[in-house]
Amino acid sequence: MVVVSHSGRLAEGVVELARQMAPDVPLIAAGGLAGGLGTDFDAVSDAVAQAQSGAGVVLLYDLGSAKMVADLAVEMLGDPSDAVVVDAPLVEGAVAAAVAAQGGATLDAVLSAAASALTDLASDKPVDPEDGLEIVLTNAVGLHARPAALLASTLTGLDAEVTVSFSGHSANARSVLALLSLGTTGGDQVTVTATGPDATEALRRIGDLATHNFGD
Amino acid sequence: MPCDAAAVAAAIRAAAAVITTHRDELVRLDQAIGDADHGENLERGFGFVVSSLDGEVPDNPGAVLKLVATTLISKVGGAAGPLYGTAFLRAATALGDAPVLTPESVAAALRAAVGGVVARGKAEVGDKTMVDALTPAADAAEQTAAVAGELAEVLRAAADAAEAGAESTVPLIARKGRASYLGERSVGHLDPGARSSALLLRSFADSAAGA
Ligand SMILES: Nc1ncnc2c1ncn2[C@@H]1O[C@H](COP(=O)(O)OP(=O)(O)O)[C@@H](O)[C@H]1O
Ligand SMILES: [Mg+2]
Repeated sequence: MVVVSHSGRLAEGVVELARQMAPDVPLIAAGGLAGGLGTDFDAVSDAVAQAQSGAGVVLLYDLGSAKMVADLAVEMLGDPSDAVVVDAPLVEGAVAAAVAAQGGATLDAVLSAAASALTDLASDKPVDPEDGLEIVLTNAVGLHARPAALLASTLTGLDAEVTVSFSGHSANARSVLALLSLGTTGGDQVTVTATGPDATEALRRIGDLATHNFGD
Repeated sequence: MPCDAAAVAAAIRAAAAVITTHRDELVRLDQAIGDADHGENLERGFGFVVSSLDGEVPDNPGAVLKLVATTLISKVGGAAGPLYGTAFLRAATALGDAPVLTPESVAAALRAAVGGVVARGKAEVGDKTMVDALTPAADAAEQTAAVAGELAEVLRAAADAAEAGAESTVPLIARKGRASYLGERSVGHLDPGARSSALLLRSFADSAAGA
């Protein structure tokens, strides 16, 4: 992934934030121009080359002209289909894409994780708690980065819609960002509901994770 | 005198000098509705263009414009870099490796350049950008070429239309680029990119008239 920004510090900051949850994904900051503000075509092109690992490169940008520079850098590649500029909120999109890539998602899945980063945030749609699994988060930090990533990835391969709700808000359990945006901390009680053919297995796996304190 | 690679390179150098002369004006325009760097961005970019031309003068007009394009893309830094870069790139492609410019090829190159800016920036006429200067310029160039105008006349018509198009941005609300964040507050100001487009075309027209 390449983060294209007018500001070197902004690009570095976004990379820092995303890297915390995706330590194995090549994340490259391409921000600023000659030590000041601006977008540097050569730096972006170099970053794309550096990020190439064979699985494709996703570029995120901050403001309009950063998109133009990113588009140009992609068009100038030998094979432009290797890299994609995604329209997504920079911070949420970078985190969502990095987490998806860390979990081994395909280029397409990483792109859609980035693009839906905002709409994936927790909604205030109430969930009927009666038929759900109640879990008390006994780990210290609640559904924070690592536990949320674990929860989301434990559902991989299951055909089930899983929702985690807390204090009147609900989150798609496959979206780390949505789980984070619930704002849980240690000691909170959440409700997990599932529908679909693998609903029972989904609840079993999540219960299992909770029993093991989400690996903490 | 035929308008060959050397003449095009000379016209580019002249345009670079015009940008330097108008640097502060472009900075002031961009200060009002942007981040005050348009003059600086272009002066830096065209400065590097002149240095590249010092090194090598490519052997046909299209290749000269391609060199301009790649230099602007790498060196300008702001939105004007990818926009003008794409414009010169498309113009270069339209010219191919023809050894001299003709009225028709210049009109076609200008049309291709505008197409490049629109493809890159997605702005339409009325969005208060350089497209407001470039689109009428391409229209005027085509019309003049169609009635068998000389190269200098084609570029003069383009420059006249670009100046009028730039003026037309004053009452508009910006809908693209940095100025669009200002919304209503962008009204009453000339768009810096439209102004620089008009300056470049006027300079090209003057070069063609003097050649
Ligand atoms: N999307 C766009 N489409 C067409 N022209 C644009 C677009 N965005 C910006 N511009 C042009 O670029 C000019 C600003 O250039 P410049 O100051 O160099 O870039 P920046 O806005 O990045 O500082 C604007 O005045 C406008 O004419
Ligand atoms: Mg500017």
